[in-house]
Amino acid sequence: MITIAQLNEIKARLEPLVSVRREAAGRDVPAVNGYEKQVLVCGGTGCTSSGCQKVVAQLRRSLKEHALEKKILVVTTGCFGLCSLGPIMIVYPEGSFYSAVTPDAVKEIVEEHLKKGQVVKHLLYQETVQDDGTVKSLQETNFYKKQLRVALRNCGVIDPENIEEYIGTGGYQALAKTLTGMTPEDVIQCLKESGLRGRGGGGFPTGTKWDFARQSQDDQKYVCCNADEGDPGAFMDRSVLEGDPHAVIEAMTIAGYTIGASRGYVYIRAEYPIAVKRLEIAINQARKLGLLGKNIFESGFDFDIEIRLGAGAFVCGEETALLTSIEGHRGEPRPRPPFPAVKGLFGKPTVLNNVETYANIPQIILKGAAWFSSMGTEKSKGTKVFALGGKVNNVGLVEIPMGTTLREIVEEIGGGIPGGKRFKAAQTGGPSGGCIPASLADTPIDYDNLIAIGSMMGSGGLIVMDEDTCMVDIAKFFLEFTEEESCGKCTPCRIGTRRLNQLLDKITTGKGELEDLDKIEELCRHMKSTSLCALGQSSPNPVLSTLKYFRDEYIAHVTDKKCPAGVCKALLSYEIVPDKCRGCTLCAKNCPTDAISGAVKQPHVIDKKKCIKCGLCARNCKFGAVVKK
Amino acid sequence: MKQSPAPVPAFKGTKQQAQRLSEVIRDHKEQPGGLMPVLQKAQEIYGYLPIEVQTMVADGLGLPLSEVYGVATFYSQFSLYPKGENQISVCLGTACYVKGADKILEALENRLGIKAGECTPDGQFSLDCTRCIGACGLAPVMMVNDDVYGRVKPQDIDKILESYHKKVKV
Repeated sequence: MITIAQLNEIKARLEPLVSVRREAAGRDVPAVNGYEKQVLVCGGTGCTSSGCQKVVAQLRRSLKEHALEKKILVVTTGCFGLCSLGPIMIVYPEGSFYSAVTPDAVKEIVEEHLKKGQVVKHLLYQETVQDDGTVKSLQETNFYKKQLRVALRNCGVIDPENIEEYIGTGGYQALAKTLTGMTPEDVIQCLKESGLRGRGGGGFPTGTKWDFARQSQDDQKYVCCNADEGDPGAFMDRSVLEGDPHAVIEAMTIAGYTIGASRGYVYIRAEYPIAVKRLEIAINQARKLGLLGKNIFESGFDFDIEIRLGAGAFVCGEETALLTSIEGHRGEPRPRPPFPAVKGLFGKPTVLNNVETYANIPQIILKGAAWFSSMGTEKSKGTKVFALGGKVNNVGLVEIPMGTTLREIVEEIGGGIPGGKRFKAAQTGGPSGGCIPASLADTPIDYDNLIAIGSMMGSGGLIVMDEDTCMVDIAKFFLEFTEEESCGKCTPCRIGTRRLNQLLDKITTGKGELEDLDKIEELCRHMKSTSLCALGQSSPNPVLSTLKYFRDEYIAHVTDKKCPAGVCKALLSYEIVPDKCRGCTLCAKNCPTDAISGAVKQPHVIDKKKCIKCGLCARNCKFGAVVKK
Repeated sequence: MKQSPAPVPAFKGTKQQAQRLSEVIRDHKEQPGGLMPVLQKAQEIYGYLPIEVQTMVADGLGLPLSEVYGVATFYSQFSLYPKGENQISVCLGTACYVKGADKILEALENRLGIKAGECTPDGQFSLDCTRCIGACGLAPVMMVNDDVYGRVKPQDIDKILESYHKKVKV
């Protein structure tokens, strides 16, 4: 079993190696532990999908060929954040940032950069190569410079499968401090003063939640972690677990000590195999060192964690449904009160927090409440991680101080909209959130502002939409999702989502009437006030917010029978502009329903009765003669 | 997810599979809330959860079959029908949807002649829609078995499927 002295010993040994990657980037530093350079390769899900394993294999082969394996340390890390540029590789101490790395590129990087010390400029992320030929570090790029990494501080910095690297960054020091020098009341006081609120979407003050669970009296209590990240387009929690699993384990153990629980459960999506594997490895390593188990740091406190896999039910992200699922039942929510802090898992007092909330806690304990509450806005302290996606140039994971505006995220960090298109709206909070129009893009993002404009923080998905996105179609997309994911326990949600979806279908197929808009609003109101859980209560948000900010688009569908964005198929028609058509016959050859006719070298015509609007003709026309109306 | 309307093929479990399942049941019998982990492992063993397997689980854990069936049909990960030799899934998460995942799904449905949730008559391919797999940076994304294809265009589909056809023949 590890003592605090031994923990500090590991820290002293690993700290120089790890800190090069954070503080010394771009500076000239002497070799650390015999390693002249360190090569970090992202091993997150995004980069694994882009083929990072082949890159690592080639890197090891090439280093061996050049006899460099003793001088160069290869580290597979969690997500760096810039997922669209994967596979990603960084060489320290220079901080050279290589993007979209292929195995062939690796050979060149090893020969030129690692062996001869010449940075391979043409393989670098182009924004880091400046006009005068000098190279700037990753931290100075537009994508990173406005970010502030607290929850993600170790993601893309350490090897998540090596507990010593986590200890090298100050890991498990917060646990040592808690167990040897703080009472449970001290921990709760610290969290309350920090202003930390739940990062899973609800924004409930974490310290208050822990206090409730501490005050509940029972022979057994539980600490649970919600890693059932179901919002489509959101992958913050996955990245934290893939990049820094020990931070979550450490925070859960602190929670156990604070409320008086000896058991913890992590409920994680089965769709996240890499995160599950890394978490398993991390738990086993923590057990081996005695950081989980009996009598941790000889304090008399016991704690252990078990992993439970979800099985693909969105509603299990709701806290009571999640607990019901861990108990082995259909994941249906239960009425609250009683809240989980009083009567939770197996009927016992339970603290349930989201992954990102936990990832903040060790830092708060170590650096103090004042440090944390100095970041953010008046009522929303700290930072928030967003998964930036959709129609934006830099797709990936960003962490920003609360109070940053949507425009800063989309235009500066995200690098704007591709193809010179217009920024139309951003969707936050997934199927429970709403669409924020570009006109409100200067609103500082925090919990309360987002609710005031009809959306919500949610877990942090942020999908950018441009002028080619139809807002009615997007609302329908989310309703299809919630209809399918409604567990069916309560009527307002089960029948409401279906009826709402049917009404939206009527509008997108051109059969809508103006009074349908009133019916939609009324139905939404009833669902919000009478559904059992947050899934039903928030499912009207995508509809209400688009109806509020893009009502003209709904009206265009209903009265003009037109889809302004050109998305809703039933309202579209394809036509051939006679002046542009050269009669090449390519469209007619590709048409699956033989709807196009015309003689060679003569303008062709589309028979609208036969046309199924697949759009193949428009995609194949080399002269831009086929237009969508 | 929608389930296949095709007739359910006869159950062909082996003795070895039944042996493995009974070991799994033994390991989880005392664990609180052990039904989900048992069903997850049972699906790994058999590939799907026909009523015969559900019955074995119910008997083994001492639970009513109705409860096992209730859990098996609640979660989309569990399938009561066998899957194709190659399992195709198209991500319909928001990021992929905004980037045209519906067109990828439509192209696959046309090419294979089946709808999402179904399996081709020769048992080679089954097609499903999946929730966000978290590879949003590569949207739109489809998966065949464990291989991920990013930035897919409808015209790429033939080439992708072809490589699996060959694998099956060899």
